[in-house]
Amino acid sequence: MPDQPLFLERASFRRRRLGDAARVLPVLAACLILVPVWWMPAQVSFAWGAVWLFGTWAVLIAAIWALHRALHRADAATLRARRDIAQDHDHAL
Amino acid sequence: MPFEALVAGCLAYVALMFGVAFAADRAAARGRVRWLDHPAVYTLSLSVYCSAWTFYGAVGYASRSGLEFATIYLGPTIVFTGAWWGLRRLVRVARMHHVTSIADLISARFGKSNRLAAFVTLIAVIAATPYVALQLQSVSLSFDVFATDSLTDIPMAGGGGTALWVAGGLALFTILFGTRNLAADERHHGVVTAIALEAIVKLMAFLALGVFVVWGLADGPADMLARIAERAGDPGWILKPDRWTALLFVSGAAIVALPRMFQVLVVEAADEDRLSTAGWAFPAYLFAMSLFVLPIAVMGQELLPVDANPDLYVLTLPAQSGQNWLAFLVFLGGFSAATSMVVVCTIALATMISNHWLMPLWLMLRRKPQGDDPEDLRGFVLNARRLAILAVMAVGWLYYQATGGTTALAAMGLVAFTGMAQVLPAMIGGLLWRGANRRGAFGGVGLGFALWLATIFLPSVGIGSPLPVPPGVDPLAFAIFLSLTVNTLAFIGLSIFGMPDPVERLQGLSFVSAVDPVRHSRVARGSDQVEPLLVMARRVWGAEDALRFFQSEAAFQGKSGYLPDLTPRFLTRLERRLAGSIGAATAHAMIDSVAGGSELTVSDLMQVATEAQRAKEETQRLENATTELARTARQLQEANDKLTALSVQKDAFLGQISHELRTPMTSVRAFSEILRTPDLSDADRDRFAKIIYDEAGRLTRLLDDLLDLSVLESGQAQLSITPANLHDLIERALSAASATRPERVFRVEREPLAEYVGIITDADRLLQVLINVITNARKYCDAEPPILSIRVRRTLRGGAQIDIIDNGSGIETARQSLIFEKFARLNDPARAGGAGLGLAICKEIMANLGGEITYLPGQGGAAFRILLPRRPPVPVNAGLRRA
Amino acid sequence: MLDILMIEDEPNIAEAVRFILTREGWQVGLHSDGLGGIEAIRGTKPRLVILDVMLPHRSGTEILAELRGDHDPGLAATPVLMLTARGQASLHLPQADAVLAKPFANDDLRAMVRRMLN
Repeated sequence: MPDQPLFLERASFRRRRLGDAARVLPVLAACLILVPVWWMPAQVSFAWGAVWLFGTWAVLIAAIWALHRALHRADAATLRARRDIAQDHDHAL
Repeated sequence: MPFEALVAGCLAYVALMFGVAFAADRAAARGRVRWLDHPAVYTLSLSVYCSAWTFYGAVGYASRSGLEFATIYLGPTIVFTGAWWGLRRLVRVARMHHVTSIADLISARFGKSNRLAAFVTLIAVIAATPYVALQLQSVSLSFDVFATDSLTDIPMAGGGGTALWVAGGLALFTILFGTRNLAADERHHGVVTAIALEAIVKLMAFLALGVFVVWGLADGPADMLARIAERAGDPGWILKPDRWTALLFVSGAAIVALPRMFQVLVVEAADEDRLSTAGWAFPAYLFAMSLFVLPIAVMGQELLPVDANPDLYVLTLPAQSGQNWLAFLVFLGGFSAATSMVVVCTIALATMISNHWLMPLWLMLRRKPQGDDPEDLRGFVLNARRLAILAVMAVGWLYYQATGGTTALAAMGLVAFTGMAQVLPAMIGGLLWRGANRRGAFGGVGLGFALWLATIFLPSVGIGSPLPVPPGVDPLAFAIFLSLTVNTLAFIGLSIFGMPDPVERLQGLSFVSAVDPVRHSRVARGSDQVEPLLVMARRVWGAEDALRFFQSEAAFQGKSGYLPDLTPRFLTRLERRLAGSIGAATAHAMIDSVAGGSELTVSDLMQVATEAQRAKEETQRLENATTELARTARQLQEANDKLTALSVQKDAFLGQISHELRTPMTSVRAFSEILRTPDLSDADRDRFAKIIYDEAGRLTRLLDDLLDLSVLESGQAQLSITPANLHDLIERALSAASATRPERVFRVEREPLAEYVGIITDADRLLQVLINVITNARKYCDAEPPILSIRVRRTLRGGAQIDIIDNGSGIETARQSLIFEKFARLNDPARAGGAGLGLAICKEIMANLGGEITYLPGQGGAAFRILLPRRPPVPVNAGLRRA
Repeated sequence: MLDILMIEDEPNIAEAVRFILTREGWQVGLHSDGLGGIEAIRGTKPRLVILDVMLPHRSGTEILAELRGDHDPGLAATPVLMLTARGQASLHLPQADAVLAKPFANDDLRAMVRRMLN
């Protein structure tokens, strides 16, 4: 469709970027948890390690939550945009 | 706290669990699954991951090895960060194929190979048995803490009696709620709800203990951190990077590959959307469960004697501090953790054992997998599961008795994790790579399993010695790395050099691209084949469910009745639904044995692949339109077929009337002429007069029937509506029909109690229908000995349903739609005396009574179902309906 | 040897025909099913076959067709009288030597059989 409205493009663009984020997150999580232990095991084995680990953990949970919420909204927006376009076309016909 | 009070509290808790499971099952049976399907229930049920190993063992683990315990919960967290595209995809594909277990998933992906499934089942059983034993041990240990006063000399093996009671109770619970029915999808609402509740209990218990330890025993978080920092000299606490990585990987694998996790994560999931909540909520649960582990371990080491068992700190710490109620709560938490793990694990293992070991064995031993034998396959499957549950529980208990319990809970859990992780390469490879094939899966899993057995499992039970490893390398990490690397390399290598067979390639396509290609049937088979399929489905699901499924499929195709066309879509859906009950491999084999397996060729495959691709590209609307079109076409086709058939009948109608009138007329005319001959004996004369009389009677009956039919058809029939009891009517119908072929002695199977159904109807008309159907059975049932079974059920709306089934050869599929037409026996080569108006009249009577009479295919003989409303419609409506 | 073999499933009609023809002095045999009809003809080798059109399991027309195609030329040429209850419309049966519609006058039956046997 040549004159597809900006709407759908933006909605699906956002949706795709969020999808990318969802793929990067596990890699990021693995790095955050693995790298310090390989780098300086003695330093992260005790109190500061515990703070670091549980802090990272909490951040990860929040990140998943935010990501899933955004993905849900983006999915809904994409659907809505698509439906609006379909309706516009019906009116045009 | 007195031991008796503990036992009483424990029993009350168990009773609560039974009650909750029972209530949830009932709610599900009544279709109220909304709150049962809530994402929160799903998330909580995932917590079976936190078994007694977590509850007791994590603290023990932490006091020995410090922060390393956290790997077990961080691994799943990393996996769950990929929930959106990873786990959702897994759940979607698995639900699409109605997968029942991890073994079933692997087998379905690799060409529905049952040998592969049986092998994976073997690994699961070997890996899980010690783990089940571990749970029993933990419960019995925790009982002993309360039974003995001393904190140090708690016997490891404890009383075998406690473990036996627990195992028995859990077996009962699992059998009651895990094998209640053989649903087409393996979901157990009762079990899942009870487990969700247990998840709350164990979390609450652990958090309460944590709060008590940090703020009660220590002086808040800052003080706690300082105490942890004091441990800095402990060399056991220094993290080893290789071990850290290996354990993270293995625990991440466990969250999808452990049989019990696969059960709650995939099999019990209603759809993949659950995961958008569970994606963050489950890591949060794990976080909460882990948060206080280190503080409890540190405080335990500071406050308790050096030789106290660290695995029991969670119980001994509050008990030592005089917090009896807290100790009891913690005890319940540990009890919950152990029992929920054992129940789900047992269900998952029992499903695998029955679907992949017992069913195929049984099908192989019996050479006659189809036909009309009334054998109840469902009963067999359920009993096989019950047997498997008892066996798993018994083996777990025996293992516990034989080994006398292990000293560290953590070791056994890791053995199970690493064992099931061997399935992971084949599983992930199968989901991501179309080139993966069965040989690769077999080779990879097989080699990995062998290495695991030699380097991890056997040393853990004291047979053989651990692997010699280079200095500075952790032996467990090395064994994990070695087995998984060999496993993956073999999997990839053998896959590259092997050629998958067509079924496998089709499944591969479906799994990798998460599309739903249909089973390809090259031959347009006649609908004659549908009925044997129905017979088979009935044996698995029971008559009602099978009929309902077939009816809805037929309705989807726009057909009435119970027999859909053998479209590829129908076959696919049937196979998937069966797979949900008995596993993909068995379902595939059974359908092939009945419908005749069509060998797939490569060109078929290409076609299917193109179809799948196209289907993916098509928009939903177009798809709907196509389905709608096909449905309309089929409806038209059916209407047209019926019209053609009816017109043939109309043409023949006059001829038939003529025939039916002329036949008795011939005898009447011939004998009345003969009677006029003078030299007849008196005996002959009497006999001939009687023949004339009988034939005249036959003529009258025929005319009566025709008249009756025309009155009924016009809707002008006068009904005399009265209350009636079906039992009496059936009784009268049976005695009236016994005059037909009295020499045949029928065994009549009835359920007298169910027959006492009061109904408001025209009793005489209904009796006429019953007599007609039973008489037909007496006339045509050709079995020896003849059996007639009559089943009465109440319908949901207060009406009644009467099934009358004989064990003869039934009515061919092609004729089933014609038998209710007038003079249906016109084209019947087997026609014998009688005009063939009986069933047409029955049909009209039932329409007048507001019910219907239908033929039930696939019941092993001629079978009719009479459906009655609670009361007939008001006559005005009847008139309008006919107008 | 049998003069007449009758294949008819209605017992009363069969009884009437047999009574009428036996009184004329002919030997009459009876078979009451479409199934085994052709075997009965082969076994008894009658001089005349009376065949009902509508029989259970196998129609009279089919039996007639098989009889005409029999490799024993003598048997294949056996005269056949068809009985039909379908009225005038279906009286066209080219392979039969004669057709009689039900109900029939006893005299017609006698006359027709006599003509066919001589």
